[in-house]
Order: sequence, then C-alpha cells, then structure tokens
Amino acid sequence: MLQVRIHGRGGQGVVSGAEVLAVAAFLEGRHAQAFPSFGSERMGAPVMAFCRIDDRAIRLREPVMEPDALIIQDATLLHQVDLFQGLSRSGTVLVNSSRPLEDLGLSTLLERTPDVRLFALSATELAVRHVGRPVPNMPLLAAFAALTGVIGLDSVIAAIRDKFPARLAEPNVAAACEAFDIARKEASHA
Amino acid sequence: MLRQIEGSRAVAEAIALARPEVICAYPITPQTHIVEGLSELVKAGELRGCEFINVESEFAALSVAIGASAAGARSYTATSSQGLLFMAEAVYNAAGLGLPIVMTIGNRAIGAPINIWNDHSDSMSMRDSGWIQLHAETNQEALDLHIQAFRLAETLSMPVMVCMDGFILTHAVERVDMPTQVEVDSYLIPFEPRQVLDPAEPVSMGAMVGPEAFMEVRYLAHHKQMQALELIPQLAEEFELRFGRKSGGLLRSYRCEDAETIVVALGSVNGTVQEVVDAMRAQGVRIGSVAITAFRPFPLDAVRAAIGHAKRVVVLEKSLAVGLGGILSDGVRKSLSGIQLKGYTVIAGLGGRNITRASLHKLFEAAGRDELEAVTFLDLNTSVVERELVRERLQRRSGPTAESVLRQLGTVASGIG
Repeated sequence: MLQVRIHGRGGQGVVSGAEVLAVAAFLEGRHAQAFPSFGSERMGAPVMAFCRIDDRAIRLREPVMEPDALIIQDATLLHQVDLFQGLSRSGTVLVNSSRPLEDLGLSTLLERTPDVRLFALSATELAVRHVGRPVPNMPLLAAFAALTGVIGLDSVIAAIRDKFPARLAEPNVAAACEAFDIARKEASHA
Repeated sequence: MLRQIEGSRAVAEAIALARPEVICAYPITPQTHIVEGLSELVKAGELRGCEFINVESEFAALSVAIGASAAGARSYTATSSQGLLFMAEAVYNAAGLGLPIVMTIGNRAIGAPINIWNDHSDSMSMRDSGWIQLHAETNQEALDLHIQAFRLAETLSMPVMVCMDGFILTHAVERVDMPTQVEVDSYLIPFEPRQVLDPAEPVSMGAMVGPEAFMEVRYLAHHKQMQALELIPQLAEEFELRFGRKSGGLLRSYRCEDAETIVVALGSVNGTVQEVVDAMRAQGVRIGSVAITAFRPFPLDAVRAAIGHAKRVVVLEKSLAVGLGGILSDGVRKSLSGIQLKGYTVIAGLGGRNITRASLHKLFEAAGRDELEAVTFLDLNTSVVERELVRERLQRRSGPTAESVLRQLGTVASGIG
C-alpha cells in the first residue's frame, strides 16, 4: 500500500488534490481512498488530505501517519507544521516552490534521512500562467506522477477531466502536462 | 458500475435509485453533501417524480417527512448531531405512528462543547425511539443499506436510520459499485402503505391513547422490531443474490472461529480493527472481531452465537453513557447472560479523536493479558485530566472546563491557532 499526505492551506485545493489522485489510481484499476483531515476549514489555515493506493480493498481508516510521499502545496508551512512526521526513510517529498531546494532550509531533514528524495516544482507559477489562479494542486499531482511512476499522466488528465468542468479542466490539464515534463527531466537528472 | 466517488455522493445516488417521492432537507455537516447531491439530481431532472422540500429546521424536515409518509409517499431525510436532537420529538412520533421513513445519520458528536467531528453520540441518543438503526462499515455498505432500508421500512411499516460515520465515510472518496436502476427496481417493490391519509377515505392517525391501550401499541412496536431480526438477514440474503455482494445482515464475524479475544464495534472503525486482527494473528494471537450492523433491533442471539465461545470480549464504543460507561456493551453483556466471559468496555474516538492501529494493537494486547479496566478511555490524555482535577479542587471558581483544557493544551495542539 502506498500512502500519500498532502499539506497546504485552506483554499489551495488540498482536498481536491487527494481526490483526483484517488480517481487517477482508480482509473488504473487500483483501489484508492482519499479523505481530508477534518476540521473547521478556513482560508489560509494549514490543512491536510490523505490518499492511499493499493491492489486490494483498503480497510484502514486512520489518517496517513507513515506516508511514503508528501506533497507540500505551500512552502511557508515547512517551518510551521511538522510536515515530515512519520515520513518513510526512503520517501518522496515534492514541494511547491519557485526557489531552489538549497534555499528551503531542509538540510536537517536530509541529514536525518539521507535516502529521502526531495523535489521542488514552481507549481503556483504554472497554475497562474495556465489557469489564471494560484491553485497548484493539479500540476503537483502530475509532477508526483512523473517522479514516482505510481500513476500515469493519462490517468491524471482523465481524473482532472472527471473532477472539473471543461473550462477549468483544460487549463489544469495544460499546467499538469508542463509540470509532468519538468518533473520527468528533473527525475532523470536526480 | 464501479465508481470512485465521495461517500455522500454514493448515498445520494443510491437514494435516487430508490425513487423517493418526497425528500425534506435541512443542512448540517457532515450530512450536507448527501442532500445537496439529491437536490442537484432533482433539479437536473435525473430524479423524477420527487419533490425536494427545503425546510426551515430539522424539526420541520422530519415533520414534513411524517406528513408525506402518512400520505403514502416514499419519504427520505438526513441529519446529524444537534440536528437529530432538534427533531427528537418527531423522531419518536415517526416511530410511534409506524411510518416507513428512511433517514441517514452522518454520525457526529453532540455538544457542548461544540464539536463537529465523528462519534456515535447522536444516533445513540435516539436508540430507544423505535427506529431501526443500521450501521455501515464502508461506503459500499452505506449505499447498499439505504436500498435495503426502504424495503425493510416499508415491509414492516417502521422507520429506519442508516448510520454512517460522519467525515470518515461521508467525506471519503473510495470505490463503490453503483447498481443500475433496473436492479434496484427489481429489489424494491413499489410502496404499498399500511395506512394512508386520503380525503376520499378519511382515517385518524395519531389519536390519543390512554392507559387502556398505550402499552399494547408499544408492545406491537417491539414485536415489529423482533420481526426485523428475521427480516434483516433475509433481505441481506436476497440482496446478495441480486447484487452479488454481501451487505447488511445483523452482524459480521471476522476470524472468530478459534478466537480467545473478540472485539465488537459498530461502523467504519471495524476496518481498522480487522487490520489489527490480521497483524496480531500473524503473531499467533487468537483474536477476531465482530461488526454489528443492526444495533436496533439488537441481535442478542446472533451476538451470543458469534462471541459466546471466546474467553474475553472487548467492546469498542464511539459513544459514552456518562455515569455508566458503554452503551453497546450493555447489549453485548445481555447477550452473554449465563456465560462466564471477561468483558471490557473501551470508549474511543469521541469527538473525532483518531483511532489508530498502534493504539488498538496496544489495547488488544493489554486485553489479552487481562490488564484492562472494566471501562477504558483509549488515548486519554491523563496528565491534562489530572491537572484539571487539581485545579478544580484548589479553586472554587475554576471556570469553564472545556476552555481550561484547551488552554492547557496550548494553541497549536488544540488547533485553534
């Protein structure tokens, strides 16, 4: 079973991100479960959502406490919330940031867990350019697909079209495709 | 057809397939998405022959459903938490009148303190109202139970609550197999009411009944629930024949054959319990679990048959009978009358507290060593409780408890920062 935790702030589409990831996995014939960390949602407050993917029915109902991958939609959370709690020692971390990894102050994390794979993607910029709004969730999912190979780009695109009406889906698909290409190049260098 | 959708959406579509004629709704989280979904289906013309009535309160929601059901319409509503309390008088009336309304409960805690998260306090508060109460373990089962609920309610002329864990199920996006209209039509025979308010053929409903007959009317309601103990498994069996999957029934046992320790619970937590059972079985521990689907009527004989051979039973409850302990435990204990078996009540997950594999594993190990108290509060922060008790001892005007506990936790841990 693969477990993903998505961190972000209210209004950034964290819950939709987990949902679209689950739909993408479902479209590939896998079992998936997506759910939010429940709370009094408000714009800008730290929020989490979870996604599990498996080849058999998923019974577990606890939040994702030992993630294999983290998607961090807002880099300002890096030093505010314990984002890395429970992260697998060989996990993948994808951060939405336009700044290079060295500038994010994550050296302690890498010293503690040298096998963690860390990537940054300027997803907000991609979203603003394609969608016209700072919603980084869909490009991040596409980058996650490229970096981990857990799901294919086609499934991400199909899931985006399943979730959103065409006027929102198509710009998000464009952002996702560009993010996928960037991340694939990055992964092949890493 | 297999779909990957939110639990609330799955239930809304299942209700639509059952062809309700009147839906009354008042929003309260976490049930809101269900009635929102239904209002969309009615507005889009996908659910025909159904009147969707926006009302001004939960009291009105169920009162309108009572009127609609009395007029012979298949009627549905949904609520949660304080919403269920606000309709309490109508809840008893619907049952007392024997009206086959189906209502979803998106289970959620009851305040004060204000809390929007999941536990079972709401539906438990109405456990003796005369409604049948069924608990879903997964979103698939929630969907399936709603279809069975209309058949059950209408066969007996008695209302049914389908309880599903708020947020944990209502807001989870997972795989469900959505039946077709043809399949549901073949399972749900048209509603033939026992009683109809019809101006052409007037009758009184809800007459005043004095001491000479009240007890008999109540006895007949009890008798009907006893019939439900036979009907619920029959409907689940027929459902399996038609839809090809097991859903509903009175209860489900998991790896109980040679179990020394058996865990009993309601609802979605059973999934996590089964994961822990598997992990402990792999370590050679003889443990199993029982998910109770029918909480009202309570299946005393089935529970006795499922757990009577064990050495101990751990009843895991998402509700607290303040001043007593467990609620589900009472029924389980009654089912074991005359059998010597150690019984433990564990109160867990109140107000949305996460119930984790790690905590359950430790708990079941302690149960196996018979080291549990009769009533245990899973993951209770005892230092906070102790400090608060000391503070209250030292200070007469100690102030409100909830605010003091939050202050002790600090803004970050309490999530209010």
